Amino acid sequence: MSAKVLRNVRPLGGELVDVLIDDGVIKAIGAKLPIEDAEVIEGNGAILLPGLVDLHTHLREPGREDAETVLTGTAAAARGGFTAVFAMANSTPVADTAAVVEQVWRLGQEAGLCDVHPVGAVTVGLKGQQLAELGSMADSAAKVRVFSDDGHCVNDALVMRRALEYVKAFDGVIAQHAQDSSLTAGADMNEGEVSSQLGLKGWPRVAEESIIARDLMLVQYVDSRLHLCHISTAGSVQLVREAKARGVNVTAEVTPHHLSLTDELARTYDPVFKVNPPLRTQLDVDALRDGLADGTLDVVGTDHAPHADEDKDCEWGCASFGMLGLQTALSVVVDAMGDRLDWAGIADRMSVRPAEIAGLSDQGRPIEVGEPANLTLVDPDSTWIVDPIELGSKSRNSPFAGRSLPAQITLTLLRGNITYRSQKVAQ
Amino acid sequence: MKAHLLSTADLDREGALQILDTAQELARVADMPIKKMPTLRGRTVVNLFFEDSTRTRISFEAAAKRLSADVINFAAKGSSVSKGESLKDTALTLAAMGADAVVIRHSMSGAPHQLAHADWMDAHVINAGDGTHEHPTQALLDAFTLRNHLADHISAPKQGSVGLDGLHVAIVGDVLHSRVARSNVHLLNTLGAKVTVVAPPTLMPLHNDGWPCEVSYDLDAVLPQVDAVMMLRVQRERMEGGFFPSEREYSQRYGLDERRAALLPDHAVVMHPGPMNRGLEIASRVADSDRSLIIDQVRNGVSVRMAVLYLLLGGNESALSEVNA
Repeated sequence: MSAKVLRNVRPLGGELVDVLIDDGVIKAIGAKLPIEDAEVIEGNGAILLPGLVDLHTHLREPGREDAETVLTGTAAAARGGFTAVFAMANSTPVADTAAVVEQVWRLGQEAGLCDVHPVGAVTVGLKGQQLAELGSMADSAAKVRVFSDDGHCVNDALVMRRALEYVKAFDGVIAQHAQDSSLTAGADMNEGEVSSQLGLKGWPRVAEESIIARDLMLVQYVDSRLHLCHISTAGSVQLVREAKARGVNVTAEVTPHHLSLTDELARTYDPVFKVNPPLRTQLDVDALRDGLADGTLDVVGTDHAPHADEDKDCEWGCASFGMLGLQTALSVVVDAMGDRLDWAGIADRMSVRPAEIAGLSDQGRPIEVGEPANLTLVDPDSTWIVDPIELGSKSRNSPFAGRSLPAQITLTLLRGNITYRSQKVAQ
Repeated sequence: MKAHLLSTADLDREGALQILDTAQELARVADMPIKKMPTLRGRTVVNLFFEDSTRTRISFEAAAKRLSADVINFAAKGSSVSKGESLKDTALTLAAMGADAVVIRHSMSGAPHQLAHADWMDAHVINAGDGTHEHPTQALLDAFTLRNHLADHISAPKQGSVGLDGLHVAIVGDVLHSRVARSNVHLLNTLGAKVTVVAPPTLMPLHNDGWPCEVSYDLDAVLPQVDAVMMLRVQRERMEGGFFPSEREYSQRYGLDERRAALLPDHAVVMHPGPMNRGLEIASRVADSDRSLIIDQVRNGVSVRMAVLYLLLGGNESALSEVNA
């Protein structure tokens, strides 16, 4: 019996319906569907969303399996409502060849909890000098379309120009980690009032904004496609807004933590709040929320960055950058944006648009008959307290530890198969 | 007093004056035939230095020994940076050895805060300088020195102990990277002094709106107005970092030479936390002049650190009552 009926669910927060799923596809939608020989899953009025898609995940495999593996990372993804994630290229070895991206892709298939699409490195070894074999990665079994040196900026303007041009041949997109590294040498946190008081080296907003301004000009000039990773400043939002108004082919991403946390948290000197780009100020948070609400920022990307305990349980200056995000993403976005985006809006930013940007045909689809059953169910009235020990990830560096968050994921389906089911959803 | 001394921003006026008044009492120990009192007998003070600083370490060591504490000097050469022993493991080790207070010097801002607040050990933590953040006992000894030497220029408060009310103090040099400046800006302001920080713009924090002080780039204009000028050490690596064009130009624009010292009011004093770069931020003749309090600062450092150890480790009574009895 593989058929399932999701009973009493509300697609995108709409009317109560039942949804019949079989052979990995939505077979019928309607009130009080007749049930014959199908497993019934009672939704109790929960919100049904298309499975979430994350353009920005670090799964750490190969290389740092002590912090995360494809299996544990996709378990966290499924529990966070995701049915597809894009694994960034900064593994060891770097995902800059067809062999490595195919390995990551295959690990994702074997885990079976969430589609894993490898992101290819833009340059060999993420060194920013020589283009990686982008075409080979595009032609591989992993069918790479998103390329990024994330963790590092493609600083050299000519290399960036070549990359943007080269991927036009296979409709690829360059996802830029915007950080002028000469302006951030040794920097630890946002440059501002708080850094000046804490004696931590400041990371100025212009380090991000100057690269974005340059790349917006480059992409317009060579008529390609640019995606901007983890936008963190009010100035960046404004640059993207203006560029879109003049027709530049750019998309932009914001993380849940930049939508919700500020550099005030650095006052604790707790490295769980150390992240690249750094947490900014409330002014930036407000601008990012405005940008996500009006569509200037297209998507939420988690920048899920697991780290082993010893890489966070140390002095702020020694600690690694990054925080967990997959399992808390939807709840944090609902918390930050619930009054600005309805469920359709949240589905757009966390599923539909990311799938479009990456060119996925089977994710981020409408909840309609005939569509693949990549779905997630959210209890809109529930709250939960984040306990890092309980998260699916192998690491525990969640900046939301101890916080009470709304909107718990109760069920995730990947092509009709249950990849996560909370105890709340009775058999 | 609170459980730890991490930042002068955590001290209110009453708390700061309690330390200075206690230091005043304890300073008398230095004049006794036997420079020792039994107050902290049986207590263990660890000097945990991740960064070399002979003068600060021996000052804390002398302070603890005059109070009869057992002193352990722990020069932790490696840190998490160099893949030596981590701060956490060091803390767990000290806790297991029964340290009552840990005096920590570390090259990274916030390390004392983490030592105090992570769940690694229970000992009292005294920040002896962390990265570019704070150096609270330096500011306390500076305030103590100012209070003693400029008593005639301080306005008496309506009630309570004398602070630094009415004084104007300039802090000059690499404010951006100076833990001494950060600690002094807070403490001197808390004690009622007006503070002006002077630096080339590249060595001034860009976002200083929240700092309780005035900001100037013009040393010559500030000097005639102040009762005291504190010169900060210029680290050689700042020049390599391109913060100013040359040592010569720095010295010409921001060094305290004899011409500039003559701009000070007659009563004004000159201070430096040491170690000095003679000829760079301060001319030898100014450092050795009558208005220089640099050696007084060192002497007073021991008394102030005695007071901090005494108050943190449980002293509530008048510090010398046992000796007087």
